[in-house]
Amino acid sequence: MSTARAAAAAAAVFVALLLQVSLAPHLAWQGVVPNLVLLVVVAAALTRGPQFAMVLGFAAGALLDLAPPADHTAGRWALALVVVGYVAGRVRSEASPTATTVVSTVAASSFVATSLFAMTGLLLGELSVGVGELLLVVGLAVVWDVVLTPFVLPPLMAMFRRLEPARLA
Amino acid sequence: MALLERTSGSRGTGTGPGASPTGRSRRSLAARRERRERRWSPGPDLDRQRPSRSLLVALGLASATLMTLDLTAGGAALDPVRGVVADVVGPAEAGATALVSPVLAVPDFFRTHSSLREEVAALEEENTALRAELGSAAFQRNRLAAYDELTATAEDLGYSLVPSRVVGWGPAQSFSSTVTIDAGTDAGVQPDMTVVSGAGLVGRVVSAGRTTATVLLIIDPASTVGARIGDTLDMGFLTGRGVVGDEGRLDLELVDRTAVPARADSVVTWGSDGGAPYVSGVPIGRVTRVYSSLRETSQRVVVDPYVDFGSLDVVGVVVPTGTTSDRALVGPDGELSDEPGGGEQ
Repeated sequence: MSTARAAAAAAAVFVALLLQVSLAPHLAWQGVVPNLVLLVVVAAALTRGPQFAMVLGFAAGALLDLAPPADHTAGRWALALVVVGYVAGRVRSEASPTATTVVSTVAASSFVATSLFAMTGLLLGELSVGVGELLLVVGLAVVWDVVLTPFVLPPLMAMFRRLEPARLA
Repeated sequence: MALLERTSGSRGTGTGPGASPTGRSRRSLAARRERRERRWSPGPDLDRQRPSRSLLVALGLASATLMTLDLTAGGAALDPVRGVVADVVGPAEAGATALVSPVLAVPDFFRTHSSLREEVAALEEENTALRAELGSAAFQRNRLAAYDELTATAEDLGYSLVPSRVVGWGPAQSFSSTVTIDAGTDAGVQPDMTVVSGAGLVGRVVSAGRTTATVLLIIDPASTVGARIGDTLDMGFLTGRGVVGDEGRLDLELVDRTAVPARADSVVTWGSDGGAPYVSGVPIGRVTRVYSSLRETSQRVVVDPYVDFGSLDVVGVVVPTGTTSDRALVGPDGELSDEPGGGEQ
C-alpha cells in the first residue's frame, strides 16, 4: 500500500469524522446523521477492492469507537465497517461502477453497518431501545447516506482512483 | 468462485504444448499460450482479492479483541488509547465547530434583523432564568422546611461551575446520546461530575481527556438519575428514552408506588453521596403525564426536560469550590472567580 494512498485515506476518514460530529448534527433528522465515515469506506471499496477497504474500515471504525463522543464498547464500529469493506468490495467490477451500482451499494452498506452495530450492542447488552425505534434509525440512516451519495462519493472515488499505483506489466 | 473456475480451466488445458502437436497451426497455439500466460500472470486484482476472506476473519477477530479488551477490567486497557485519541480528536472537533458555527449563522443573519435577534436572546435568557427559578423554588421551600439546620446553607444551593461548550454530538446510529464538551482534566473536569445548562440538568461526565470530556445525556436509555418531585419530595428513578428533540421525554418510576404526582410538578435531582455523579437540587423537568399500570401496580410518570437537547450549546460542569482550572470558574454566587492561573475565558 503506497504511503500517499494511506495518508489520503486517513485524512479523508479524519475529515469525515470531524464533519460527522460537528457539522452534521445541525442537519440531523431525529438525531440521525449521515454516516460520512461509512461513505469513505464504501468509496475505497468500490475503487480499491475489499482488502484495502477492510483495513481502512477497521482503522476508521476503531477511530469512531475511541474518539470523544463515543461511549460504547470499542470495536463495534470497527467490526461493522470491516464487514462493509468486504461486502462493498465484492461489488466492485472492473469497469467504473454505474450510478445505480454505487447508490445500491451505499444503501446496502449503510443498512449492514447500522444493523451490525445494533446487533453487537444487543449481544453485549448495551442496546436498550425498542425494535421500532431501531428500525427507524436504520431506515433514516440509509436515506441520509443515499441522499449524500451523489455529492460525496464521486470526489472520493476520483481521489482513490487517482492515487492508484502505476500498474506495470 | 470465478477464480476457481478460471484456474481449474487453465490447468485442464495446460497439460503441455505437446498435447495437440500437429493439427492446429502454430499461431493458434501461440495465441493460446499467450492467453494462458495472461490468466496466470498475477494481475493486480486477483492478487488483491485472493486473501480477502482470511483478512475478513482476521480483522473481525481484531474487532472482537478490541471489544474484549474494552469489556475486561472496566476498559482499563483501552483507557490510555482513548485518552490519546481524545487529545488528538478533541481539539480538532473544537476547531471544526468553531469553523462551522459562522457558516451556520449565515442563514440566521439574513433571516432576522439584529435588533430582533438581540431581543429574542434577551427574552430567552430571562425565560431560562425564570424557569430555573420556578423549577427549584418548590424544592428549596420543602428543603428549608424539612431540614431547618440547612437554612444557612440553602442560600448557596448554587455550585461552582466550569463553563464549556458542546463541540461534538454522537450520532443516533450509535444508539447512545453523548456529546463532547471542550473542557477536560486541565479545566478541573473529572468523570462522574454533573453537567448542567442554564435550563437544568444535562447529564454527567463519563470520561475526561486533557482538553475535552464526554458527557452522557440524561435522555440516553442507559442513564439513570435519582430524582424527586419537588413539591412532594417523592423519590424515584429517571431514565431516558434515547430520543432527541420534541419527543425527548424521560420516564420516572417512583419508589412509592401509591404516590401520584400532579401535572406540571417540577422534578429535581435527588443527589448522590459526595455529589457524584449527580449533585442535589438541580431542576430536571416537569411532569407531563402519569400512566398507571394496574398489572404492575406502579406509576409511569413522563417528564418533559427543561433542557432542549436538540440545541445544546453552553453547559457548565459542577466542580468542588476551589478547583484549579485553566479558565475562570462561575462561583456559587454567580460571579466569575478569576483563578490566578486562569488567563483565558
